Parts: sequence; C-alpha cells; structure tokens
Amino acid sequence: MSEAPPKLEWRSVAKRFDGPPVLRSVNLSVAAGHSLVIMGGSGEGKSVMIKIAAGLMPLDSGQILIDGQDVAAMPARERRRLPARFGMLFQGGALFDSLSVWENVAFRLINADGVTRRQAKLRALEALDRVRISREVAEFYPSELSGGMQKRVGLARAMVANPEIIFFDEPTAGLDPVTGRAINALIREQVKSLGCTAVSITHDLNSARHIGDEIAMLSGGVIVWRGAAADIDHSGNAMVDQFVHGDP
Amino acid sequence: MSSIPAPLQPLQAIGRSFLNIVRTTGAVAVFAGRAVLAVALPPWFPGQFARQLIGVGYLSLPVVGLTAAFTGAALALNIYTGGGRFNAEQIMPQIVALGITRELGPVLAALMLAGRVSAAFAAEIGAMRATEQIDALHTLSTDPFRYLIAPRLAAAVLVLPLLTVVADIIGIAGGWVVATRTLDFNATVYIRNTWDFLQSWDVVSGLIKAAVFGAIIALMGCYHGFNSSGGARGVGRATTNAVVSAAILIFAGDYLLTTVFTHT
Repeated sequence: MSEAPPKLEWRSVAKRFDGPPVLRSVNLSVAAGHSLVIMGGSGEGKSVMIKIAAGLMPLDSGQILIDGQDVAAMPARERRRLPARFGMLFQGGALFDSLSVWENVAFRLINADGVTRRQAKLRALEALDRVRISREVAEFYPSELSGGMQKRVGLARAMVANPEIIFFDEPTAGLDPVTGRAINALIREQVKSLGCTAVSITHDLNSARHIGDEIAMLSGGVIVWRGAAADIDHSGNAMVDQFVHGDP
Repeated sequence: MSSIPAPLQPLQAIGRSFLNIVRTTGAVAVFAGRAVLAVALPPWFPGQFARQLIGVGYLSLPVVGLTAAFTGAALALNIYTGGGRFNAEQIMPQIVALGITRELGPVLAALMLAGRVSAAFAAEIGAMRATEQIDALHTLSTDPFRYLIAPRLAAAVLVLPLLTVVADIIGIAGGWVVATRTLDFNATVYIRNTWDFLQSWDVVSGLIKAAVFGAIIALMGCYHGFNSSGGARGVGRATTNAVVSAAILIFAGDYLLTTVFTHT
C-alpha cells in the first residue's frame, strides 16, 4: 500500500523581493492531522512561507502541493476553491473593524458559503463558546476587545468553517505570558478536536513546544533542521541551539 | 554606482520618470478593469453597497450643498459685474445656470467628494492592507475586489450625478438669492429666464461628467489604498496621492469631456 502524500508540501520554493532572496529553496512538508511549527529569526521569511502556501503571495519558483497536487497545475476552478480549505489566524487578528465580533466569525459562512445570517450567527456563537468568548461579547466591535480576546475571535473565525489546513501567524505575539499560554492551549485543543493540519510560525519557543508536533527551523532561506517538538533542546544543530539558547 | 556618464544622468532621470508613469498608468488600467468586472459580475454585496451609498451620498450632501450655494452666489455677482461692462446684466440668470449645470455643479461636487470620499476610501482600504484585513478576505474565500472595490465604485458612479443635481439646484438658487436680494432682479423673471434658457443637454452633459468623475474618485481612492505599503506612513501617503490624483484627473477629464461635448 502506498503512503499517503503529505497534506501540504513546499518543494524547492524560492522567493525574492528587492535584494537578496528571502527563500532560496525551501523543502518542507506536513502530514495530515499534524501540527508543524516553523521557527526562525526575524526577517528569515517565515511569514512569506505561509503566505505563499495560503495563496496570498506568488512564488518565484518551486511548487506548493496540497494532498500531492501541485497548486499551480490545478484547474482554475479548483484553485479558486482552495481558500475554502484553509483557515488563518493573523498576527494582529485582522478582524474587520466595521463588523461585530459574531459577524467577523460568521463572515465566510455568510459571504462565501451562502449560510443564512440566522444560521451563521448560531454557528459563530458556538465557535465563540469553543474559544471561551462569552456570548455578550458577540455584539461588540473588535476595537472594544483586548489583544488576547481579538486573537480568540480570530481563532474562532479561522476554525468556524472546519478548514483542512489552518495557518497561525505568530499566535502569541504581543500577548502577556498568561494569555499566550491560554491561546496556545486553545490552539492545541481546537486543532486536535477538528483533526485539521496546522502550520504555525512563531518566535516563542514555549508556544512552539506547546502547539507543535514537529518543529522546523528556517535560516538563510532554507530549512536547516526539522524534528519532533520534544527534540528541540537537543537537536544537534548549531543554529537551532543558538536560537533555543538565545546566544548572540 | 551608476554607469551612465554624468551629462546623461538627467536624461536617465527623465526616462525613469516616464517609465514610472507608464507603469502606473498600466497598473491603474488593470485595476480599473478588474473593478468594472467586479461591478458587472456576481457575487454582489448589497450591504456594502448600501453602506457606501450612505457614506458617499447622504453624508456628502451638506458639503456639496454649501459649496454650490456659495459658488452660485459668487458667480452671480461676478457675472453681474462683467455683464455690466457692456450693459448685459440681464443675461446673468442664463449664464449662472449654464455655468452651474455644465461646469461648476459637477466639478465642484466632484472636488468636494475627492477630498472627502477619495481620501476616506484610501485611508480605510490602506488601513485594511496594513492590518492584513485584505489578506484575511482572501483566506475567507472573498474577493477583495468584489467586497471592497465594486461597492465603492458603483456607489460613487451612481451618487455623484445625484449630488450634482442637488448642486445644480442649490447653485442656481444661490444665484437667485443674490440677484433678487441685492441686485434688484425680479424673482419670477429670474426663474423664468433660467428655465426657458436651459436645454436638457446642459444638465445631462453635466451628469455624464459627474458619473465619470465618480468613477475617477472611487478608483483613485481604492487604487492608492489597495496598493499602499509601509504602515501608517504608507496610509498617509496613499490618502494624499488619492486626493491629488483624483483632483488632477477630474480637471483633465473635465476638459476632455467638455471638448467632446462642444463638438457633438
């Protein structure tokens, strides 16, 4: 019996803006139902990696494969439907200012999936329950919420339509340690309960240990190490050790 | 380090500017094409469209009305002064009406909207770009062109002619108030002269201009906001560029349309 292809794969992915390449040749994959964390220093291109995978940014060369299928070779109709298979929690939440909390969570259901507002609101409230946001808050606007609450709402929005792959962009950035731990626990719990594939990027080692089954280290535009989250402290890789110990 | 000899460097700068202009013109044209397609093809977002109708139209009424009133009044005084130099003060109502409907109504309404609406579009969409809300739209299976750009473009094209009708009426009324209160014109005769003189094309040509200006205002605001970068500073730059480019294109478009209308 042949082995199932990875859920998501970066194959020789390269990307350059003005100046030297940000990604030189990234090769990385994540199996279905697994949680992969990508770590690396500032400006190494971690966000670029997930934006390329999520279809938010074009790549210069290489391939993105989903379930073994090259995204670029997919028929246009199938490619247009790809975002429906993804969810994404943005670093700053990226909640829509002009919409209430529940409207943010129900956005995809109402505007892309054709669910009635009534049904969508019920599903949004259930999603908010799952991330421990009380129903009174559902009518608030994003500007009335703390950073931690915005992240929870963003998490509910990313998960409400049961995506196959969820991307987390610095999920604990800007949060105090207690709130950060709560968000990590929520991510772990929700990803496992939905059975989806998760790809996260973070600088936060504690967060990476908590939410990742595996960790990959990006440096110099390539993946320099990959292993189980439990192995991060004895990776045998000098760059990873330097990152873990915070050595200059 | 540049390999171009020093005497030729000004030419290099001119060439670079020219290429930038061509590149930007192409980018704006592609953006406008995508925006028009998004207006023409479903899915549509009626809630967003209604929100823009209120923001662009209803909330712009006071500023457009006040501008038209004062302009109509000042125009009446100036034409009265000019007409008096060759004893033609009596043509003042007709000239005011012509000037307002064909030129000042649409242009002033458009300029007011360029300042108010184009800037607001650029700032709002630019802030959405800076805070990744536009990326979020993509990940929520929603085309930003359909959700953000199309409702704004449709609303501006629809609303500016309506605002121009308001500006025309208030502008002519401004001239009427000045003429009857300070220049001893007969109120009824003034209105009859205006009504008898005006042709429907005078009004319609102004409304066509207004629809084109509406498109310019929406496209400039949305284009600069959508393509902004560099955080808060980028949003500020986008806002300024939106207003300046909209204003210049309104004047250029006004001249072109007036030329076309004069020869048809």
